[in-house]
Amino acid sequence: MPAGNLVEIKDLDFAYEDRPILDGISLEIPRGKVVAIMGGSGCGKTTLLRLIGGQLRPSRGDVLVDGQSVPQLANDELYALRRRMGMLFQFGALFTDISVFDNVAYQMREHTDLTEELIRDMVLMKLNAVGLRGAHQLMPAELSGGMARRVALARAIALDPMLIMYDEPFAGLDPISLGVIGQLIRKLNDALGATTIMVTHDIQESLLIVDFIYFMSDGKIVALGTPDEIRASKHPFVHQFVFAEADGPVPFHYPATPLAQELLGKGAHGRQ
Amino acid sequence: MADNRQDSGAIVSAVASLGHRVNEALLRLGFATRFFLMLLIWSGQSFRRFNLTIREVYFSGFQSLLIIMVSGLFIGMVLGMQGYETLQRYGSADALGVLVALSLVRELGPVVAALLFASRAGSSITAEIGLMKATEQLTAMDMMAVNPIARVVAPRFWGGVISMPLLAALFSATGVFGGYLIGVVFIGVDEGAFWSQMQASVDFRYDIWSGIVKSFVFGIAVSLIAVFEGYDAVPTAEGVSSSIKGTVVKSALAILALDFVLTSFMFREA
Repeated sequence: MPAGNLVEIKDLDFAYEDRPILDGISLEIPRGKVVAIMGGSGCGKTTLLRLIGGQLRPSRGDVLVDGQSVPQLANDELYALRRRMGMLFQFGALFTDISVFDNVAYQMREHTDLTEELIRDMVLMKLNAVGLRGAHQLMPAELSGGMARRVALARAIALDPMLIMYDEPFAGLDPISLGVIGQLIRKLNDALGATTIMVTHDIQESLLIVDFIYFMSDGKIVALGTPDEIRASKHPFVHQFVFAEADGPVPFHYPATPLAQELLGKGAHGRQ
Repeated sequence: MADNRQDSGAIVSAVASLGHRVNEALLRLGFATRFFLMLLIWSGQSFRRFNLTIREVYFSGFQSLLIIMVSGLFIGMVLGMQGYETLQRYGSADALGVLVALSLVRELGPVVAALLFASRAGSSITAEIGLMKATEQLTAMDMMAVNPIARVVAPRFWGGVISMPLLAALFSATGVFGGYLIGVVFIGVDEGAFWSQMQASVDFRYDIWSGIVKSFVFGIAVSLIAVFEGYDAVPTAEGVSSSIKGTVVKSALAILALDFVLTSFMFREA
């Protein structure tokens, strides 16, 4: 495996119309590592994943994946790059009109000329890796949340990608499923020799499995480090995050006029 | 003075809101045009796997057969009753076959079949694509390097375009049968006159071909509206529901407006 960084983000700005989301982000994802990007809801984490996958184009800066500048790729070049990426969406995004088996086989049938026999073996191996070989005939509606996430994981690794991206892989899972998914993310990354980027706000689970963590707030990287460095960090944002404190650098309240002023009728929407 | 200022403020804001709406509508029209072009460009790739389109012909065409044929039968029967009632006043009850066939083939077949198709198949296409968008299935497909327009949108569009003329033809055929059932079997109009007058007066190129062209145009309009509304849906429950409503309402208006335009071109010399 060549050393160096698989993903490099350089001085990246992004805005939805005139609402800025990312502001001068720079970060590196080394090959073979599992890296988490953490931060509160709405801080721009998912947008960052979409920029890496080429679904959005930055207003400034560059995204390099395996040496290729993603914003400058033509459509077919982008699709060629995406065939080497796997992505797990927040709620799985399984195709609901086809079975678990067909979901995992989807990319193999779309992008390869493999025989059905070979595809069958490969799909069952992928499903076996996530412990759901026995569920291959079920439809997505028959799966629990944790099972659906595991099927989506099997689908994301269907073509042995070099880069696997996870968007909130732990959201809404029970503690057992959460541990299972966490272990799978680590094991699959190492077994496939892939690189993993995981966007999440689940700090405790992430600290157990990742190699490196970036913390984002208000569209900027505010802290970074290995799990041990993060645990020992005195940075107020990291401290609030690790110890799940309700108030701190990330305020509990959405910006508003002071409560007393609002109740006494002098607020923006108060009685005149 | 203050009242004047208030009035002019209200006028300015009304004009601004009108401008904003027109602007939004134009933007959406531009987006729809671009979407249609993309749809045509990606159709080539979609045709290479024609079984996807055949599957959609099954879902939107075959599965609409029941409502289309039952409606056709009843409309034909009503035409038979009403037509007989009017024609017999002038002693022309033998022309019942012509009246039923021409009404159906020229107008009611294409228009009513298209309206039913929009409600039955168009709304379900919008709902399906809209929900696929809301649950990130379209994004997931795009991330797997599979173009959702080629894989999801184009087959549904062409499935609708292929189904529509076939459904309209079946609607007209069952309608004619309904007219026959009431006119000939129940009322007792002469069977020979019913069929022979129909055969003599319904021209293939002038009447039937016009009906086929109409239903083909309606098929394009309804299918395009259905796939666009789904693809452009706001990805929430409320957004998808509003898109489904949009498909039914816009399709109905488009069908009626296009029918007026097509009729005025096709039957000018009549």
